[in-house]
Order: sequence, then structure tokens, then C-alpha cells
Amino acid sequence: MKIHEYQAKELFHQYGVPAPVGYPAFTVAEADAAAARLPGPIYVVKAQIHAGGRGLGGGVKVCKTLDDVHAKAQQILGMQLRTHQTGPEGQKVRRLYIESGVDIKRELYLGMLLDRDNGKIVVMASTEGGMNIEDVARDTPERIAKVRIEPASGLQAFQSRQLAFALGLEGKAVGAFAKLLSNLYRLYIEKDCSLVEINPLVVTGANEVIALDGKVNFDDNALFRQPEIVAYRDLDEEDPREIEASKYDLNYVHLDGNVGCLVNGAGLAMATMDILKHYGSEPANFLDVGGGATAEKVSAAFQIILSDHRVHAIFINIFGGIMKCDTIADGVVTAARQVGLDRPLVVRLEGTNVDLGRKILADSGLPIISATDMKDGAQKAVEAARKYAATHGKSVAASV
Amino acid sequence: MAVLVDKNTRLLVSGITGNTGAFHTRGAMAYGTNVVAGVVPGKGGTMFDDIVPIFNTVREAVEATGANASSIYVPPPFAADSIMESAEAGIPLIVAITEGIPVLDMIRAKVFLQGRPVRLIGPNCPGVITPGQCKIGIMPGHIHKPGHVGVVSRSGTLTYEAVGQLTALGVGQSTCIGIGGDPVKGTDFIDALQLFQNDPDTHAVIMIGEIGGSAEEEAAEWIKANMTKPVTAFIAGLTAPAGRRMGHAGAIISGGKGTGQSKIAAFERNGVHVSPTPGDLASTLLQVWQPN
Repeated sequence: MKIHEYQAKELFHQYGVPAPVGYPAFTVAEADAAAARLPGPIYVVKAQIHAGGRGLGGGVKVCKTLDDVHAKAQQILGMQLRTHQTGPEGQKVRRLYIESGVDIKRELYLGMLLDRDNGKIVVMASTEGGMNIEDVARDTPERIAKVRIEPASGLQAFQSRQLAFALGLEGKAVGAFAKLLSNLYRLYIEKDCSLVEINPLVVTGANEVIALDGKVNFDDNALFRQPEIVAYRDLDEEDPREIEASKYDLNYVHLDGNVGCLVNGAGLAMATMDILKHYGSEPANFLDVGGGATAEKVSAAFQIILSDHRVHAIFINIFGGIMKCDTIADGVVTAARQVGLDRPLVVRLEGTNVDLGRKILADSGLPIISATDMKDGAQKAVEAARKYAATHGKSVAASV
Repeated sequence: MAVLVDKNTRLLVSGITGNTGAFHTRGAMAYGTNVVAGVVPGKGGTMFDDIVPIFNTVREAVEATGANASSIYVPPPFAADSIMESAEAGIPLIVAITEGIPVLDMIRAKVFLQGRPVRLIGPNCPGVITPGQCKIGIMPGHIHKPGHVGVVSRSGTLTYEAVGQLTALGVGQSTCIGIGGDPVKGTDFIDALQLFQNDPDTHAVIMIGEIGGSAEEEAAEWIKANMTKPVTAFIAGLTAPAGRRMGHAGAIISGGKGTGQSKIAAFERNGVHVSPTPGDLASTLLQVWQPN
């Protein structure tokens, strides 16, 4: 789960990770009031969306007067902010963060995440603050210093010093950094984070170390024990179809293609996307109905796929293990009757109770195209989507 | 022979009375697995389906029944604890089916397992099956057929797909190992490949990976350096967008790492044939290996 920068900084303040003073604002009037509470003379108006690259997209403005804050807040609030992470349609700005300006002497990078290769948390620090860390890792990997934290003993002081000196910190900044890092690690562990990134971490003219930005992601599997974090969830930042899917405990990710997929199992769902691409189409979504899906869940999944008007055909690909084929068939027939089946549907069923499932589909009288195996199904779905697009005068390109 | 589980496996089930645990325990017993004990704190002294004795702790269950493998169906908040309980009781093989265990819990559990004579499979996996002998987990038993192909996979349903394709062609399996879709797990590809390499009953291997992490890349190099048996591979998620979790917690391309393209390139570089589509899992293997 992702949160906004201002929420991340709320956590930073709570955990003793130094960050500039600031206040969130949902209206221009609130932005005015927030700026009035800050000491000045520099203010920063920051768009709050979950995507990165906000500065380059015009979503971060430095202001020298309260009037300027007012003008910039007016300008940014409600804008469609486009960054390299939002896609071409951009993301509407509904929240701002009004923050005190900082006297920046140096910009650094600090990140904390799981190192999957050895199952430990790794801390990465770099002198190349403000840059995309993936580019730094690719082009100048020697400028990234790393330490791995032993789960049993935790972050050690010498590890903080290693990073502090690698960053070229001096004097009181070394101790300040060590304290910041230790507090950040405590936050990571106590709140079940999956990523903490401060880019840039700045050294001020007064040799203070401050988090100028903050990105914190959380382990979805641990949200059951993090009610305060769940309260930070902002549904405006999520795809409405994905929100609907999550209500039914379905794993759905919206994509840009024209063949909708309904599959059981994450691996098979990914592989189904791939095989559609292999035969010349693009998948419209990832959808894993899971192992214990009920007819109701399948029906909901089916409706979510149909609600996407770019979908020109649907491919249901099931290898029933726990998931029984008759349950899938029941859900599909129910949903097709409820919402009306206005697009071609290709179904491939295999596994537990397959004969029963096929019979339910055949007896339904619905115009279902049945497939013998995955390849056959994928080819039929690609073909059906092509025909549908041709007869309905719609192409994916035109509707994107 | 086969690996990990066989006729001599004596299975303990943690969480045997929950919906999932009960359902799949019945499935395992119907398949012929010797389920010797269940563990549910507070229900010690009762019976599961009038056949399997239930204990309060794993330690008691092991002492009373000699269980030598355990399967974990305990809900996510308590599953890591349950894994550690099995390890502490000296069970050499733990198969964790539970999906959704917090990453930090698994990090702690792995530290606990270090230095103990125990192998963990999973979590978030379908389990392990040696066809005709023993089934631990949630896979449909009837699609399997005894034989000589080892299957190792991060995905449950893709394992079924591979097995279904093999069986349809009359080719049986030695053991199928689902290693699970989580980023922090027990047995990984190389461990499983090592088991298959050492098993005289396994003649060839299909491995199925997916986006995220670098275990497939490492396995590709390991295969070239160490495997004398034919291995073919498949990678799911070539069309997955970066930065989005594809169902499995571990299936995510992050920081430009873990792409399907990088994994396929690693296989090809190391002489491992890769199936072009998930519909070719068995046929790709049969191009490089024929059952005798």
C-alpha cells in the first residue's frame, strides 16, 4: 500500500526523523491558512499524488510570499498532473502539502527495502540525491553504499557510520544521520514497511540532515495489524475497478489491452496475459480469482471485466484444483445473464469437475466459444477480439 | 525414490480443523497420504474425522506419533509462529501453504530456522506431491502420474498446467515442488534442482518461474555449472507492467530488476530451453528429452 508524502512525513515526525514543518491542505483556503502558520520566508507548495516525478510535472512550486502560495495552490489544486509514473492521462491533484523551505547545501539519497536474495533489509545511500536511483545503480553503481541489517541484532552503529562517511557527512551531521537512520529502521519494522525512500535527503547550511521528500510503502500482507496505516489509504489514487475487485478479494490489475482475462492463480493469470500477447493481442487486465472463489466472486470478476469498454473479448482460463470448474461455470452463467453478454466469451476449463462445468456452460444457451486447451483458447480470444473490433468500428488505439 | 516425500512420510497438519486445513487434509488422506496428527491449540485430546488425533502443541504430536513432515494451514497472522513451532519440534520437512504472511514475520522465521536440520517449502505454495505415494498440499491429485519428470515452480496453477500437459502425453512425474510466490521463502529453485539432480528417479526437470527477484537468473547459471539432467524453463509475466504486484507478493518488477526478459535471457545464455508459451511446457521438455 502507498501513502502520500505528507502522511509519510507525519510518520517521520512521529518517529524522530527530521523533516521540514508542513501542513496538508485540501482547499486553497486551507493552503493559505497552512502557509500563515509557517515561519517563512520560503514556502513550498507540493501536489500530493502517489506517483513520483511531481516536480518535473509542475506539481511542486517554491514561493516567497503568501500571495504566491495562494496563486500556486489555486494553480495546482485540481490540475491533471502528468509524470513519468502517471501515464499520459495524468492524476488529478486533490491534496496539497504546504511546507517550509529549506536551505539546501547537499542532496543525498537514502532508501530501505527488502533484499530478496538474502531475506534481509538493505539500506542504500548515495551522494546522488534527487536523481532516479535506478539510473544511478545502472550508470554509477559505485556511488551507492549498502548495508544489510541482521534481523536478530538490528541496525548497528558502525553500519550507520559506514553510510555516513560514504555520504561524506562531517561533524555533527554524522551523529544526526545515525540517529535518523536508527529511527527510520524502527519505523520500517514497527509499521511493516516494504519501502522507505528519502530522495532527496538534504544537508542544510547549518549542517542538519533533513528528509526533504518521503516515500513509504507498506506490506499489504501486514495491514491487518496496522490500522493507523490503513486509515491513510486514499481511494482517489486507485483505479475504481481495482477498488471494486478488492471488495471481493480479487486480485485485479487494470492494463491497456483489449482482451479481458479471468483466471485462477497468479502464475496462470500472468501466463495467460503473455500467451494473448504471443498470439497478437494485448491483455486488458490481470485477474486472479484465487483458489477458493465462489460463484458470487466469479460473477463480480466478470462484471468488472465487462465494465471496461476497451475489452473486445473475454478469455476465461481455468485449471481447477481447489477451484471447481462447475463453480466457475455457475458464476459465469449468472453474471452473463445479469449484465448481458455483449462481447465474445472464450472459455477454457480444465481440472476438478471439468465435465460438470462444461455441461453447465453448454446447457446455458449462451453464445460461449469453448476451447480445448490454453493455446486454443488464446488464439480464439485474439481472433474474437479482432472480429469484434472490426464489426464495432472500435480499435484499442482509438480509445486509449 | 523421488524427493522430499514418499510412502514413509508421516504428516502432521497444523491448523487441521480450519476450513482450508480440514478440506485439504481430507484430500491428502483420500490420495493415500499417511496423516498421523493434527495440531490445534486448545483442541488437544480430540480427534479429526474420528481418525487423526489432535494435539495442543507440535512437540507433543511429534513425541506421540513420530511425525516427520508438517503442513501449515494456519491463518497468516499466526503462520510464521507455526512454522517455527514445527522447526523447534525437530520436524525435518515443513510445507507452508498459507498465503499472506507478513514479510517481516518470514524474515524472523527464516532466522529461527537457520542452523536447524529443517527444510521449509513455501509459504504461499501449493505444496509437494510424489505421485502415487504422498500428497502434501492443495494440488489436484488426480492429474498426476508416477514417472520421472521433476517439476519445480513458483506458481500453483502453472504447476498443474505442466503436470496436466505431461500426463496427457503419458509422461509421469517423480516429485512436483511448489516453492511459492512470496519474496521471502524457504526452498528456492537451486535447492530444488539440487534435490532433483541427486535423485536417481528424476530424469528431467521442468522449472517454472515468474517476474520478480533474481532466483531464476541464479538457477540458470547453477544449471549450466551443475546439472547433468535436461532442464527446460518457463517464465510468467513478460507482459506485466513494472511496479505492480501481480497477485503473488513476490511477482513484482521493481527498480528495473526481475523482468521476464532478463530471466529468459539468462536461461538462453546458459543453454536452458524456454517454452515459448505456457501451452508448451511439456512439449518443450520432450524436444530435449525422451522418456525411455
